Amino acid sequence: MGKKRVSSVIRPYLMILPAMIGIGVFVIYPIFYLAYLSLHKYNLMNPAKSKFIGLDNYADLFARDEFYKVLGNTALYTFATVLITLVLSVAIAVWVSKNTKFNQFIQAGIFTPHIVSIVSIALVWMWMMEPSLGFLNYILKSVGLPTSQWLQSSSTAMASIIFVSVWQGIGYYVLIIVAALQGVSPSIYEAASLDNASKWKIFYKITLPMISPQLFFILIIMTIGSFKVFDTVRMMTLGGPNNSTNTLVYYIYQNRTTNIGYASATGMVLMLVIGILTFVYFRMLANKVHYQ
Amino acid sequence: MASIELKNITKTFEKHDVIKDLNLTIEDGKFTVLVGPSGCGKTTLLRMIAGLDPQTSGQVLVGGKDVSKTAPGQRGIAMVFQNYAIYPTMSVRENIEFGLKNNKVPKAERIELVESISETVGLKDYLDRKPSTLSGGQRQRVALARAMVKKPSVFLMDEPLSNLDAKLRVQMRIELIELHKKLGTTFVYVTHDQVEAMSMADKIVLMNKGVIQQEAPPEVMYHTPSNQFTAQFIGVPPMNITYVREKQLTFGFRPESAAIGRSPQQGLVQTSGEIITREMLGSETIYQIKTPLDTFMIKSIDDQYRVNETVYVSLPEEKIHFFDDQEKRIAQDSSLYLDKIQALRGQYYG
Ligand SMILES: Nc1ncnc2c1ncn2[C@@H]1O[C@H](COP(=O)(O)OP(=O)(O)OP(=O)(O)O)[C@@H](O)[C@H]1O
Ligand SMILES: [Mg+2]
Repeated sequence: MGKKRVSSVIRPYLMILPAMIGIGVFVIYPIFYLAYLSLHKYNLMNPAKSKFIGLDNYADLFARDEFYKVLGNTALYTFATVLITLVLSVAIAVWVSKNTKFNQFIQAGIFTPHIVSIVSIALVWMWMMEPSLGFLNYILKSVGLPTSQWLQSSSTAMASIIFVSVWQGIGYYVLIIVAALQGVSPSIYEAASLDNASKWKIFYKITLPMISPQLFFILIIMTIGSFKVFDTVRMMTLGGPNNSTNTLVYYIYQNRTTNIGYASATGMVLMLVIGILTFVYFRMLANKVHYQ
Repeated sequence: MASIELKNITKTFEKHDVIKDLNLTIEDGKFTVLVGPSGCGKTTLLRMIAGLDPQTSGQVLVGGKDVSKTAPGQRGIAMVFQNYAIYPTMSVRENIEFGLKNNKVPKAERIELVESISETVGLKDYLDRKPSTLSGGQRQRVALARAMVKKPSVFLMDEPLSNLDAKLRVQMRIELIELHKKLGTTFVYVTHDQVEAMSMADKIVLMNKGVIQQEAPPEVMYHTPSNQFTAQFIGVPPMNITYVREKQLTFGFRPESAAIGRSPQQGLVQTSGEIITREMLGSETIYQIKTPLDTFMIKSIDDQYRVNETVYVSLPEEKIHFFDDQEKRIAQDSSLYLDKIQALRGQYYG
């Protein structure tokens, strides 16, 4: 009998052990190792010569102007990408949510960029954004609008990257929101029309609250994802011109060989920022989200 | 308050006429019940009146005014949906208030209306709750309050009680009847439950396959059904209807119209048969009796007969209905009726 008790106590732990090992090896350990690295002056050639320097890497990080520049860029990129994507995808989703052949076609069209690698997309757009020979300026010129330097000027490069990111990601979010919209019972809308509600009122008093769980989900995963933007920057601008599109992860990447400890400290700060943002979202918005 | 008129209404879904050339007048201030089997077009009809799913052709008049082109919110109509369609993201108060706000009712008046209505339907303590925390009956009241608060001239209800348990359903039925008395508004109530129709209606409109079979007050419909469909739809168990081959006539009678006993009795039709099943319902008992004519359902206040027992069945003349070959009931004062009576008279079947 005692044996039976023991096995029933142990069994659940045994069951979750494989998953726990996975999480330990691939999540917990790297985080601790990152923290460990951030406290050291790491010597790549000879790890034995690495030395513990406490919070010096952090002090260094917070003392440099470029860090604030990069942090600001990342925040701007995140804010703009998330906001534009959310607004546009809600608008498009409302527009195409009726389940007709034409709308399915549009949805498929909007979704397509999402299945193409961002590397290819970045290449295509780089080519189109080329100032003297590119397609975009050609169009602008032919309709008589002023052309843009796109990726080659520090004043427009960030906007160009945001544009490409939104273009690439929007189809996915439209799809999520369309699914959410189609899940709303039509009789609620009918009740609202009997209640003499205007289109706009129906939208913000019924539609928006009804899809708020999905919007909240998108807000969080997009914020996290955008804060970690890398590939678009790496492909299109390498952080330039003049650091105008450098973002946190790309900054970490730039320091990966020259100063691992410093890069790790930046990584820790990034993690912290994302953590705080997520926490703030939950605090501020969770009670505004309507779960069924 | 307003009457409703439907003129030559046709509704087509994907080239299939669900309702064709229907004419109906619903009287002002009456409790009208639309009843019929599932899929006969009751909801479709109601939604056309509300303007949610406008008719393919024809006219809808509310209070004498053609509203065919009027938006649902402007027709002076309130509707209670089968699934209530309460706004899940709003509190009970906001649910009730929503229509008033859209109609720009001043705040002070709004608050007063919401308070008094919620008092009427017994929701006063729940005003700040979210609908998801309410029971089925309470949600139903929210839907009612939301409809009532707008003081509509017409109330449409689509099977509003079908999600409630039997006891609550009976209670709500009575409350709705009282509500109708108090408001004096035109009520159009859809159900497929004929008991509900009988107990609530001033007038029943019975439909089948998009066609109105009969419009009449409950007792008229029960005692003088216009055709076999009506006779068998209204009443539980339905009317017994039998075709007598050698006489080439169809007659019917209500389960409670026959007398049964252990000795032969007087009646226009007399027969005997074996009891196959017996359902004791309390005050009455329903026997299924297999006679040489047909198998009949017979309702009796006498519960002494047992299964497998043979009993005598007799039918008084005045309780028998005859139907012609169009399945229409033959009126009692027509000569055809007398012929049929003659044909059946005085014979013992069995
Ligand atoms: N949107 C629609 N598209 C196609 N056919 C429909 C639509 N709505 C209803 N119908 C058809 O119209 C007929 C009548 O439907 P309706 O919902 O009015 O029936 P009902 O009398 O309310 O039945 P129930 O008692 O089951 O609610 C049905 O045959 C149904 O299949
Ligand atoms: Mg229906």
